[in-house]
This record gives sequence, structure tokens and C-alpha cells, in this order.
Amino acid sequence: MPMQKKSLLVVGGSSDIARATALAFARNGWNVTLVGRDLDVLTASAADLELRAPGSTVAAARLDILDTAAFAPFLDALPVLPDVVLSAVGLLGDQTQAERDPAHAERILRSNFEGPGLFLGLVAERFEARGAGTIVGISSVAGERGRASNYVYGAAKAGFTAFLSGLRNRLAGRGVQVLTVKPGFVRTRMTEGMKLPGALTAEPQELGEAIFRAVARGRDVIYVRPVWRLVMAIIRAIPEPIFKKTKL
Amino acid sequence: MEISGWGRFPRADCTVRRPRDEAAVRALVLSGRAIARGNGRAYGDSALNPHLTVDMTAFDRMIAFDAAAGLLTVEAGVLLGDIVAAFLPRGWFPAVTPGTKFVTVGGMIAADVHGKNHHAHGSFGAFVEWIDLMVADGRVLRCSRAENPDLFAFTLGGMGLTGVVLRAAFRLTPVESGWIRQRTIAAGSLDEAVDTFERSAGWTYSVAWIDCLAKGPALGRSLVMLGEHARRDELDDGRRAAPYTVPEKRKRRVPFDAPALALNRFSVRAFNALYYAKGRRGAGESLVDWDGYFYPLDAVLGWNRIYGRRGFAQFQCVLPLDSAKAGLRLLLEAISAAGQGSFLAVLKRMGPQQSRFSFPMEGYTLALDFPVGAASLSLLDRLDAITLAHGGRFYLAKDSRMRAATLEASDPRTAAFRRMRRETAAADRFASLQSERLGL
Repeated sequence: MPMQKKSLLVVGGSSDIARATALAFARNGWNVTLVGRDLDVLTASAADLELRAPGSTVAAARLDILDTAAFAPFLDALPVLPDVVLSAVGLLGDQTQAERDPAHAERILRSNFEGPGLFLGLVAERFEARGAGTIVGISSVAGERGRASNYVYGAAKAGFTAFLSGLRNRLAGRGVQVLTVKPGFVRTRMTEGMKLPGALTAEPQELGEAIFRAVARGRDVIYVRPVWRLVMAIIRAIPEPIFKKTKL
Repeated sequence: MEISGWGRFPRADCTVRRPRDEAAVRALVLSGRAIARGNGRAYGDSALNPHLTVDMTAFDRMIAFDAAAGLLTVEAGVLLGDIVAAFLPRGWFPAVTPGTKFVTVGGMIAADVHGKNHHAHGSFGAFVEWIDLMVADGRVLRCSRAENPDLFAFTLGGMGLTGVVLRAAFRLTPVESGWIRQRTIAAGSLDEAVDTFERSAGWTYSVAWIDCLAKGPALGRSLVMLGEHARRDELDDGRRAAPYTVPEKRKRRVPFDAPALALNRFSVRAFNALYYAKGRRGAGESLVDWDGYFYPLDAVLGWNRIYGRRGFAQFQCVLPLDSAKAGLRLLLEAISAAGQGSFLAVLKRMGPQQSRFSFPMEGYTLALDFPVGAASLSLLDRLDAITLAHGGRFYLAKDSRMRAATLEASDPRTAAFRRMRRETAAADRFASLQSERLGL
């Protein structure tokens, strides 16, 4: 009997990071399901991935990450529970608008924290019952310290990071890996038009390969470019009376 | 933002938009005069428009592959290198490839690129089955030899001035391995180099590196490199076991702009002498992997920085067969006399090609690059004049400084191209700094 292929499920499946990570897994022989709101875009991406990684099956499925009631039926309807579930959902939003418009702020908070967190929570329950599985959450360095320029997004990511850390703590020793990814700057649709410092900026492909390696090695938390660990250690160490006057 | 072509000259402050879907492209096209841009590998100002430059790199999905016909359908922003990565392991290779894999399919169509096999197989356009083109009124037209044939023909080599390429289907060629059987022949003079090309017409690939600073009897001394896709039975056991796998290249990067004086006539002369001597000693047959054979410069990321901050200007002309020897001699004498060493000087035999606006025609093509400066720009004007006097024409994907009158005089097809642009209203919607400079 041929060995069953391993499988990856990606929510936020139309993001650049999702596509790059899906490709890294598919090239290594995994089957992939891309999940998101726009089935047409996901279907086109799935066809592209199958051409780039022949031999792997890539499917597309519809789910709105803000529709929490749909999560459990969605997971129960999957033909097989995947080996790895990745959340690449992210909405940077507009900080200035979020300061005045609670509906916009709520959307940022729910898209980056509530939706992905609750979805992965339900996945965790199923992985725990099976005694195996890997959960990967793309969080952000923006969650490590609130800054004037993006604290609504940052607060949501901080919540998501804490949620993942809690899951990891809860599931340690139960065969379930939880990997938190803090990518730093990545050249994606989210950062389009921003001036990004070259040495601190990763390409989506680099991120995808790093996630594949981190899953294989059972890592807990990764910064994609190691220099970010140092950058964030410094940012966290600045005393608040000084930090509050900075423009970072 | 300030952008440029690969030669980093000229630079222009352009509004750049990166649409994600067809509706977004349509909105941009209908908003004014724009030019589509791929991965920015045209050397000059072909893909610069200060009013609006449409970055098509988000159209990066492969759509379908028909293995029976070798027919690949992709969106316009897919990179050639990604196609090689996906299809070489399955025994397919681009039927025509330019000297870098960092080009998009849309860019390859717009420039109707050629490779080292032009004499045998023609340009990329010969393998294109159809193109989905967004035209001036925002409609998407399927263009092929059967449907909208005029638009199809003008889009190949049309430098993005007929519309925006959205998708295309083109044929790949089957190969038995990722290796090239290469034969290097040292030619001590221009005549020898040309004679070597004429004798080698049976080879699929041929190209010559030419020492453009050599003088006197050694004028035009070259290393002619011939190649064939290696068959399985030509590989040793180790390579035959995994015929499509080649050693991973170490990527090097040019980390900063070289000082303007780093490449001068002395350093280039010394390099050329060493390179020629090494090539002559190493003449004979060898196996070279596809990446090193077709894309030697891709291993040096950012090699365009070695010319310093001012950038460089490329020059590429093609001279018809009967005047090629005489014309090439004058071109090389002008370069050698000016002492303007071109680091990269490439000579190539081209085969016949019928086309509406593409560059290639039967004869010899010479490609050079020079750091931008007053002396090199006036040398380039002299090279233009010599090319014109010998019935040659110019490659627009390389051009950044030619005059409209030069193009007009070199290519009687220019008037028809301009008329097509007027009649299809493309002239109202699609324009680049190059098309404005050249009056297209």
C-alpha cells in the first residue's frame, strides 16, 4: 500500500504567505487545501500550485474566518483531518481609521485574533483527540509592543501570540506542536507601497521554506530573519518613559 | 517612486500600480496613458511611464499544461525561472530563452525575445499559440494566428504598445536532461568567428563572446560557444541517474555600486585578454548545466551595479548577412578606437524571420554595454550611424537613448506600427518614455 501523503490546510489561503508556504509543502510532496472567502481566486491558486509541484493535490475550500459558527461544521466535513493547519490570515487595516471607527477596529481585531484563534482552538481539540498534529499561526512582531502607528493590529496580534502560547503550553506532551511565526517585514500585498529595509525584509518564498523547516524540526517560535530576534529584544527592553516618546 | 530598467539609465519618477485582477487592470488602462511592466529586465525606458506604470508581477499563476502538445498557459507575470523550475524535472524546457531567467512571460512577448538558437528556431513568438490582450477600450481579445492575427503579430515585439498582455499559451520543448553539451572554439579574428558560425549552422545553440578591445589582426577575436541539449546516453552514470538535477549555484550579490572608475579600458582589456586565453586553452567539449549555460549572469544578483550609480546603456543591432562582416568590422574598430571597453560583448548569428515589428532578421547581431557617460553616448551615436549605413536595425528592449529619426531610418515597418497604434486607439492608451522618445 502506498504511504498516505501528508496534508496541510491553510486558512487565509489567498495571501502571498499562504501561497508561498503551500508551495514549500507541496514541493516536498504534501497535499494542500487552501481555505478562504474567494473561491475563484483560491481555485486559480490551487491549479497554479499543482503545476508548480506535480504529484501533489491542491484543493480549494470556502470559509469566512469571521463566521465563527461555521468553523466546527467546516472541520467536521473535511474528508481527513490534516496533519498541519496554518493560519495566514492577516488584516493590517488603517490605524487612523481604526482610531475613529470602531467597526473598522473591530474588523482588524476579529480578523487577526478572534477568527484565527478560535479556528485554531477547534483544530487543537481535534489534534489533541488524535494525539498528533501541528498548528502554525502567523503572528507578528507588531504584537510585541504597542506602537502609535499600528497598535490596533498590534494588539490583535499580541492576543493571537498569547493564544498560541497558551495552546502550546496546554498541548505540550500530547503530541501536538504549536508553532508561532513572527515574520517581521515580508514583501507581500500587505506591505505593498511601504519602504522596507532590505536586510530586515523577507520574500514570501523564504518565509514558506522557513515554516516548512520549522514544522519538520518541531520548533515553537520563529522569527524568519534571525536579526529580528535581536531587534525585538531591544525594542522590548526600552523603558516605557523613553519608549512613549519614540516614533518607531 | 523612482524606477528604471535593468541598465539603471534613465531613471524616472513613476506612479506604479500593481493590480491583482483583470478589473483592476481595466480601471488603470481606462484612466489614461500607461505602460505595462514585468520584472524590469528591459534595459532602458521601455517599461517606464511617469503618469502610470502597471506592474504586472501579481499575475503570477500558471494556468494549465497540456503534456501531449507541450503547451503551457500562464498569466503574464509568471517568471521564466519558475517555469524552468516546474517543468525541467518533467523533461520540458523553454523553446526559446533570453540570457536571464528573471523575465516575465509578458515581457518575453513584448520584446519577442530571442536566444542562442534563433538561427535554428526563431524567436519566442514562434512558439506562442495565443495571447489574451487587454486593448485600449478595456476589452480582452484572444489573439492568435487565426484570431485577430494583425494584433497578434504586432504584439510580438510591440513593446507593450498594443495593449496589456494578461495571459498566453506557448509551447515548451522536450529535453532528455538538464545538461548542455558545449563545444568552445577560439576564433582569432572577426572573419574566423563569422566563418565558425557559418560552419556551425547545424548546432542548436551558438553564441560568441567577443573581445571588443582587440585591435589589428586580432580585431574581433572571439570564443564561439556551441551547444546541444545533452541526451541521456551522453551523460555519465552519476548524471544519468538524475538527469534533470544539476548542482545548486551559489548566489553572489553585488552589494553596492562600484566606483565609476572600476571598469575602465585597462581593467576590461586585462579581463578580456585573460578570458580569451583561458577560453582558448579550455577549447573543446564539456558538459555545462542549464543554469550556467543559459543564465551565467543570473548567478551574480544585481550585476547591473558593477557599472556604478550612473548606470549603463546597452546597444544591440542586427546587420543583414551580406553586409555583416564589413559592418561588424567598422563597429568593432569604432569601439576599440574609442577605448570604451564593453564588459559584455556578444555576437550571434540570427536566422530569417518574418514579423511585423520584432527585432530579429537574418544576419549577425552584436550586443554591447557601456557605462553611461558623455564619451560612451557619443560612441553609441557613431555605432547607430554605422548600423544604419549597413542596413541594420536596433533591439528596442536594449535601447535607452536612440533618436526617433534613427529608428525611422533603420526600420521601414515603423510607419505601419504607428498607423496600427492610431487605428486601434492604442496610441491613446499605451505609451512609455521610449515610445514617446521614438515617436511611436
